[in-house]
Amino acid sequence: MSGSRVGSKTRTALNHIQTSFAEKYPEVETSLIDLGEYDVQFSDGRNYLEYDGDTGIVARAIMDADAVVIGTPIFQASIPGTLKNIFDLLPESAFRDKVVGIVVTAGSSKHYLVAEHHLKPILGYMKAQIVQSYVFIEESDFYRKEIVNDDVLFRIERLVEDTVLLTKTYTKLREEKEAEYGF
Amino acid sequence: MEQYRIDRSKGLEFGIYTLGDHLANPYTGQRISAAQRIHEIIELAKLAEQAGVDFFSVGESHQEYFATQAHAVVLAAIAQATKTIKIGSSSTIISTSDPVRVYENFATIDLISNGRAEIVAGRASRVGLFELLGYDLHDYEELFEEKFDLLLQINREEVVNWSGKFRAPLRDAKVLPRPLHGSLPIWRAVGGTPASAIKAGYAGVPMIMAHLGGPAAYFKRTIDAYREAAKMNGFDPATLPVGTTGFFYAAETTQQALKEYYPHINEGMKLTNGQGFSKQLWAQGGDTRHIMNVGSPQQIIEKMLYQHELFGHQRYIAQMDFGGVPFDKLAKNIEIIATEILPAIRKYTAPKQEAE
Repeated sequence: MSGSRVGSKTRTALNHIQTSFAEKYPEVETSLIDLGEYDVQFSDGRNYLEYDGDTGIVARAIMDADAVVIGTPIFQASIPGTLKNIFDLLPESAFRDKVVGIVVTAGSSKHYLVAEHHLKPILGYMKAQIVQSYVFIEESDFYRKEIVNDDVLFRIERLVEDTVLLTKTYTKLREEKEAEYGF
Repeated sequence: MEQYRIDRSKGLEFGIYTLGDHLANPYTGQRISAAQRIHEIIELAKLAEQAGVDFFSVGESHQEYFATQAHAVVLAAIAQATKTIKIGSSSTIISTSDPVRVYENFATIDLISNGRAEIVAGRASRVGLFELLGYDLHDYEELFEEKFDLLLQINREEVVNWSGKFRAPLRDAKVLPRPLHGSLPIWRAVGGTPASAIKAGYAGVPMIMAHLGGPAAYFKRTIDAYREAAKMNGFDPATLPVGTTGFFYAAETTQQALKEYYPHINEGMKLTNGQGFSKQLWAQGGDTRHIMNVGSPQQIIEKMLYQHELFGHQRYIAQMDFGGVPFDKLAKNIEIIATEILPAIRKYTAPKQEAE
């Protein structure tokens, strides 16, 4: 999910991520939600099932996923309102039993810890299994809507691998645990 | 308590409630017709009465997979089909209804049932009905408070003078018919958090709390806050009944009860709420300290007595039919309630001098 309506860098990064999933794990089904392409309304407190139109489509897609890679630019040293609104639309335990990876694009390296301080606490609260290492991409890593820094490309590959590994591992652990309950 | 038709000499009241959900049985994938579902609810009320259950209530929920949107109509049918069991709503969404209309309906049900009707008024946990019924969600809080106040006023006064924001004013208005004994027990439905309970306490009205899951001790705080608020506003908490509600399912063993009921709750929650019930949380439901009354009859008795000791409440209402539980299982549960659970609960919760 590309969490902004503004700019192209986050979308560019997520395109790479989707390609990487397709190449390495053809069995994994992915879809890319670019919030710039959807008309998502502001949360008004209703259950996510009660939203229709684009809002309902986006909310359901996230709720149905086993894993989510969240791509976000950093605006004003924080996550964009479009992304925060997605969290507001979902139930408090929306990411329970889901793995969540993070990709951050920013204009400056000084924004490196914004994901730690703003995004991870939200994901933690919403019960996500967070892929601890995220990919941080700066302005200088892009050239004409392409990522030109090999270090970033390698890190993207590792994020994809970690996301799949954690999802498989967590699913297996959970199934083993749930089998013990006998219901 | 007499005002609310609670006879404390009999100990903790036991009730059954349904939200009228209309879901497939997850074991068969089959969904009965809406007509059959409504008839089964009426039959369930009759069985509950035969079993000596004190109270039966029907809720309204205006969304897919529910069949008792017109819950007052269903309650009228139950009023006619039964003779002694107290009946009510669980809850009536007063925010999106006209209190005059609600009162007319329930006073009529009270007359049909010879004085057995009660109203539990709630704020709606789901908000789709605001759009359906032509209200603005922005007024969520105000709608409830204003309309609930009006409902209480209509209950108190035969001639009502009233004006507010969300309804035309009433001038020397008589809301008729009047209930059999002049007034109806009216409860405030309260979710998990203390905020709403405190409002109920301030208003000096009885409250019924919805308990989905978690340790019973957690809910004690809310009940304490309710009684404290009532006291601060000049009401005697000893005159205000407290009710609790929650999932109920009995089987031979606790493990079997957890196993049998889980798919109903999990699949039902997925469809009506968008997220299933975590197995990890469900598994804890078998613990005596957990709020859910799911387990063997003996385990349920222990849980209920433990909760009664904690809360000192006057009524417990069981939800046993969520998620397409087949009727024969419901009937079996009622049999267990009648033969094992009710006698034990009454024996241990009735005041000592009465019991001996």
